[in-house]
Amino acid sequence: MSDNSGIKHFTKFIFSLLPSFSKSYLLIIFTGFPFMAFSQSGGGFNLQSVVILLLAATMVLVVFLFFVFGDHLIKDSARVAGYGNKANTFGVLPNKEEVSNIIHHKHAGANKVHKLEKGFDVKIKGKAAKVIEHYDPATYAVKPYDFKGLQPIPKMSVEVGTEVKAGDKLFYDKNYPDIFFTAPVSGEIAEIRRGDKRAIEEIVILSDKRKEFKQFPKLDITTAPRSEIVSLLAESGAWSSFIERPFGLVAKLERVPKSIHISTFDTSPLAPDYAFIMKDRGTHFKKGVEVLKRLTDGKVHINLNAKKKPLPFYSEIKDIQLNWFEGKHPAGLPGIQIHHTDPIDKGDTVWTISPMDTAVIGKLFSEGIYDPERIVAVAGPQVNTPKYYKTYLSANLSGLMSSVKKEGTRFISGNVLTGKQVDPEKGHVGYYDHLISCIKEGDFYELFGWLIPSYPRPSASVTFPWTLFPFEEFDVNTNTHGEERAFVVTGEYEAVLPMDIYPVHLLKAILSRDFDQMEGLGIYEVIEEDFAICEFVCTSKQPAMAILRDGLNYMKEQS
Amino acid sequence: MNPLRKLLDSIEPKVRNNKFAHTVYDGLETFLFQPNTTTSVGTHIKDGMDLKRTMVHVVIALQLCYVLGTYNIGHQHYLALGMYSGLFEGFFLKLMYGLLQLLPIFVVVHLVGLGIEFFFAARKGHSIEEGFLVSGALIPLIMPPDIPLWMVGMATGFAVLIAKEAFGGTGMNILNIALVSRVFVFFAYPGEISGDICWVSYDYNIFHQIFGIEAHTLAFHGWDKLPAKVNEIMVDGFSGATPLALAASGGWEAVQSATLPNGDQQYSIANLLFGILPGSIGETSKVFVIAGAGLMIAAGIASWRIMLSFVLGAAFAGILMNVLHVTAFPDSAFIGVPWYHQFLIGSLLFAMAFMATDPVTAASTNQGKLIYGFMIGVLGMIIRVLNPAYPEGWMLAILFMNIFAPLIDYYVLKSNINRRLSRVA
Repeated sequence: MSDNSGIKHFTKFIFSLLPSFSKSYLLIIFTGFPFMAFSQSGGGFNLQSVVILLLAATMVLVVFLFFVFGDHLIKDSARVAGYGNKANTFGVLPNKEEVSNIIHHKHAGANKVHKLEKGFDVKIKGKAAKVIEHYDPATYAVKPYDFKGLQPIPKMSVEVGTEVKAGDKLFYDKNYPDIFFTAPVSGEIAEIRRGDKRAIEEIVILSDKRKEFKQFPKLDITTAPRSEIVSLLAESGAWSSFIERPFGLVAKLERVPKSIHISTFDTSPLAPDYAFIMKDRGTHFKKGVEVLKRLTDGKVHINLNAKKKPLPFYSEIKDIQLNWFEGKHPAGLPGIQIHHTDPIDKGDTVWTISPMDTAVIGKLFSEGIYDPERIVAVAGPQVNTPKYYKTYLSANLSGLMSSVKKEGTRFISGNVLTGKQVDPEKGHVGYYDHLISCIKEGDFYELFGWLIPSYPRPSASVTFPWTLFPFEEFDVNTNTHGEERAFVVTGEYEAVLPMDIYPVHLLKAILSRDFDQMEGLGIYEVIEEDFAICEFVCTSKQPAMAILRDGLNYMKEQS
Repeated sequence: MNPLRKLLDSIEPKVRNNKFAHTVYDGLETFLFQPNTTTSVGTHIKDGMDLKRTMVHVVIALQLCYVLGTYNIGHQHYLALGMYSGLFEGFFLKLMYGLLQLLPIFVVVHLVGLGIEFFFAARKGHSIEEGFLVSGALIPLIMPPDIPLWMVGMATGFAVLIAKEAFGGTGMNILNIALVSRVFVFFAYPGEISGDICWVSYDYNIFHQIFGIEAHTLAFHGWDKLPAKVNEIMVDGFSGATPLALAASGGWEAVQSATLPNGDQQYSIANLLFGILPGSIGETSKVFVIAGAGLMIAAGIASWRIMLSFVLGAAFAGILMNVLHVTAFPDSAFIGVPWYHQFLIGSLLFAMAFMATDPVTAASTNQGKLIYGFMIGVLGMIIRVLNPAYPEGWMLAILFMNIFAPLIDYYVLKSNINRRLSRVA
């Protein structure tokens, strides 16, 4: 087209460097420049230094004008040559649109981007490096506690010693006998671990390393009736990867959701890079989405990060809705995305599922096996070499911990906001988790910690000096940094929650059991994970997630 | 291990069984050390910010007001006596006089307030909450400098008991605690907090006597004045009338034409800005109040929405007054004070920065805050200018809007609920 693509590339490169500088550094450079000029001429504000400065400024201006003039000339000749509207894409300088695309990493093209101004990124040291290691531990364990909405003591279909294949039924809930919870790998049931009041905590499978799969019928997605698709999903164990909103429970078989949402990125602290995990699973994912399409009357929404280049196969799928989002955490949570694209009203049902589980469903329908392959990131400041491990659902942790400092470390299955604490030896990765976070325990006193903090810690408050450096990553610990108090500060939750919801008032409505107010203020639109960032920033250290779950349970009982 | 920590750990078993002692111990311990509690439910990490840190930033923002207030007490005192009339003449004497006048008030406020706070915390088995950190710093600043200590004690006790503990403690109160203490003095002892005489400190308390400050004055004016009666040695021609009182009687011209006995202009624009004038202890300086407000906004502690809409409301009402002056009431002097000069007199800015922004008693929604601030601005200006009974409007306007804040929030929430409902319909 034009021979100035080299220059354009160069300018693009220059502009692509811009975002990696923080605003404050640029400011220092710009304010520092005149000072440098002064100091060279003897430190005083004399005529000579002013003249030098003026000359320098004029030179910059002349060069800039030269470029602008040349730019116009090229564009004009392009217009004359008959390129019409396209002529604007010629020229030496990138045009306004291109600049904003480069600076904002906009990959959405002309599509609407939901720009979420509110939010807060908790930056923690020790993100997983993009290296994958294979990991096949001796045991795998399914934890009934991972599934919300079940009875504490599920009905067991196996006993200790039973041989199972991947996809064999392990247990079911007596209220939903058609939804099976199945084995992720083949092997022998080694233990059924019970906790308080004989509730079942874990069903441990001793893996036989042979990876035998139970063979399910290969259904033709386009012709099979919906009921058959549903029962295959429920029988294979893949069903429990659907989360139903409102209330955030395992989806009910008989419901038909108005839409299904897949968030293809995670903004939570230390989040695994979904694009990295998903990059080889395009075919299965696409097949999976075809299955999802049969399950809903409405659309399947695939929610993308406008700041990163999306995996190519997302946009290859037909008849779905792509939504683009840009913003800090919690922009990657499906709850926030649903709120902006397809809000949940009273009586609505919406399902969410992760892209990884969608790929598992795809494989189930194309090969007839339930193969819950997992890529799990082990990350955090306590990990020496944070990286990814390729394993199966619910893998045992012990072998992942070789490079982790064990002393005074808290191991969390999931992210540090919503995850569950696990034992580094006996513990297993949670059903919905793709991350093990390892952070320090904060069980120490800090002299005047509230007044003169002795080490950097993440905070949404700008009263801490290190908030001047927006790219600082922190070595976090589990200290509460203060005691629980009544709600005093206002507007704090609202500042980090990009939703048209009044979170504190919703929580207060829950505490006062005001049914109408809860409903009116949008309790159906949120589940705990959406409020996690609110709980993090809370000055009064209120347990926002626990209060919300309490309210959700109350609403569920009432309805 | 830290020796201080060791000491605290050795004390702990001794106070464990006494509820009150343990509450005091706990208060001291959490003041010295951020506790070692770790997260158990919910998020595994928490923000570094806590209520102590929030509150202490308000106190830090008040420090300039404290410094100037201290000096101004002394300066006004010696102006009244016709001594050291230059601003920086007798610098340390004025500072010392002010400090000895202010410190007893500060101590009494905290003894009474914290005493009640500790007592209730022990009774309820709670830990001591930080709310009084700010209330205790605010109350001395909004009292007249010569207020009797027992009166400050009563006012503080009333405010903490009735306005706060009766409602459930920090975070539960409906009315601004500092303002309740002031309104108590205002209605119970109006003679102490209105008129021209109360805004300058004339008295010598026991500390002034111990440190020889009274003796210094008597030596200056002659020992025959013993025992000291300051009113008798007060220099002729000094008036403690505040700019507000002058404006109420004679408009802006009266403020500008007020002079000191030595012929200097008493309320030049610079004096008004920096707060070199009679008034409550800490609210006179506009510059330092704005600096404090700026710090709180920059730190994200106080709501800029309330401050902005407060100023807009006051300006709106002020302009309306000016229009009324031209059209309807050309004779009323106070209505004619230009609206921008209204910002220079009285405690408008102090009320904006530190009183209206109290997050517990203000509206809690962002839109609500805008309405809340604007209404205070308008109402306060109406009370100040149009009401002949009360010299200043902000205290009553803020307390009034404290009561209305839940109603404002109610309608803001209602609109949110309606938005949600209209989606279904």
